[in-house]
Amino acid sequence: MSRPFRIGAGAGYSGDRIEPARDLAERGQLDVLVFECLAERTIALAQARRQQDPEAGFDPLLRERLRAVLPACLARGVRIVTNMGAANPLAAGRAALDVARELGLPRLRVAVVTGDDVLPWLAENDRPLIDGDGGAAAATASTASLAGRIVSANAYLGAEALLPALAGAPDLVITGRVADPALFLAPLVHHFGWAADDWLRLGRGIAVGHLLECAAQVSGGYIAEPGRFDVPRLEDVGFPLAEVGADGDAVITKLAGTGGRVDRLTCTAQLLYEIEDPASYLQPDVTADFSRVQLREAGADRVAVSGAAGRARPAELKVSVGVREGFIGEGQISYGGPGARARGELSLALLEHRLRVIGLDRLEHRAELIGVNAMHGAAAWDVAAEPAEVRVRLAASCATRAEAERIGQEVEALYLNGPAAGGGVTQGVREVLAVASCLVPREMVRPAVQWLEWQR
Amino acid sequence: MSAAPIPSARGATQSRAPRLLADIAIARSGDKGNRATLSVIALDPADYPRLERWLTAERVAAAYRGVVHGAVKRHALPHLAALHFVMDAALAGGVTRSLALDAHGKTLSSAVLALPLPGDEFGAP
Repeated sequence: MSRPFRIGAGAGYSGDRIEPARDLAERGQLDVLVFECLAERTIALAQARRQQDPEAGFDPLLRERLRAVLPACLARGVRIVTNMGAANPLAAGRAALDVARELGLPRLRVAVVTGDDVLPWLAENDRPLIDGDGGAAAATASTASLAGRIVSANAYLGAEALLPALAGAPDLVITGRVADPALFLAPLVHHFGWAADDWLRLGRGIAVGHLLECAAQVSGGYIAEPGRFDVPRLEDVGFPLAEVGADGDAVITKLAGTGGRVDRLTCTAQLLYEIEDPASYLQPDVTADFSRVQLREAGADRVAVSGAAGRARPAELKVSVGVREGFIGEGQISYGGPGARARGELSLALLEHRLRVIGLDRLEHRAELIGVNAMHGAAAWDVAAEPAEVRVRLAASCATRAEAERIGQEVEALYLNGPAAGGGVTQGVREVLAVASCLVPREMVRPAVQWLEWQR
Repeated sequence: MSAAPIPSARGATQSRAPRLLADIAIARSGDKGNRATLSVIALDPADYPRLERWLTAERVAAAYRGVVHGAVKRHALPHLAALHFVMDAALAGGVTRSLALDAHGKTLSSAVLALPLPGDEFGAP
């Protein structure tokens, strides 16, 4: 039997820690290190940056990440796969060559995968929106109704789109929008030679990818409940890796000496994370079925994953559409000590009154007390204890920046005009770049690979 | 070296009967458009059968009344000792346009853990 394929997660989001990735690169004996850095809206924000600067629009931490891991990865033959290309994969590839040059590395061979950008196609073709929760608005709206406000449209590419890149012996594969688990599936398909319709193994590969794609969320991050579910040495939490067999079953683990934990609970929480139907996880390459996955603890910080399955892939590809949707204005102010909550509630009442006076009360807005109900609203934990401090928060959706600025100003005016001892006002305005989704026919999306190379 | 040690995060040990769902389960929520997903996982798989009997979609919907404005669907996963809920119209329009401080609804998982456990199902053995 051949040795298992070792694939690690170097990032679970664009701002993730870099040291654990370097540790994996240096000690992980990995075949592939994957950096998943592209949240739903990240690419729309990146597109907006690219419109300001043609060489921008890729992950702002790309250079720093590559500086940390490239020397070890090149020395040990660890291939890197990442979606840090965001809205500008080619510029990201050029930046990677710069890093190799600066570090004095002997060579770097970069495959840049493009083709996820379908904005030109969508400008000519109207598609129904599918996002949200199937409400009436989503059922009637289409991309044409967003005309003039769309800033980006990116199809979720599958592992299939990365295979020509992997076939060309790259040190680094840079993509834009690719389904997160497919970043992990692609190297498995390439290494094991799984067929494009081997739904069972593709489904298993997706399970591995899904377990790894949020990095520390499977290895002890985001799960500690002090006294109820303790996580050892969370301050040194290690990033995960999988040892994958030719049939797609795998062991999830982390490096010896790192903090965190990998067990039935950490793996279950991540397996189900953000999945709508565990029996039907729609991916560009396969409809994965996690409903019969078995997680078996197989030693310290080792969990064996088996039982994932798959069915034929969906006919269409999902597209994320970035849409300008006005502005959000926000202001906050704090109260402490005896009667803090009552003063906070008085402030909320004053703010509602002021919105009426200035004619902004029809705006969709939220007025709440941080420390009481800002997280869980009507479902907030009903505890009798008086909070030691509360923070008033007012946020509103506004059509214009000027309107949005007014929201924070109204909160600030509580200093001189509101209840006693308010302090620590913050205010801000941000432009809303919302994300809508639609489906496009597969054949409209044409991935391509471009090669960039540095030789010393 | 760092000045102060990180607390070992060890609270009071549980000698009494569990009182809240938080005493017997962990939970994680996530976002998918305007839907929130919520996984509730038994710390001890032995608790799962009664968890499955008690923590119905209706009970979860009631716990999130006023926050979740759509249907709550439950997927039971006995082999994982986990219940997975999908809650429609839960995120004020979704992470990219929500006015909520926690636009992802990531903190929502902690609300269900505040549910008091029924003594007849989960009382002292």
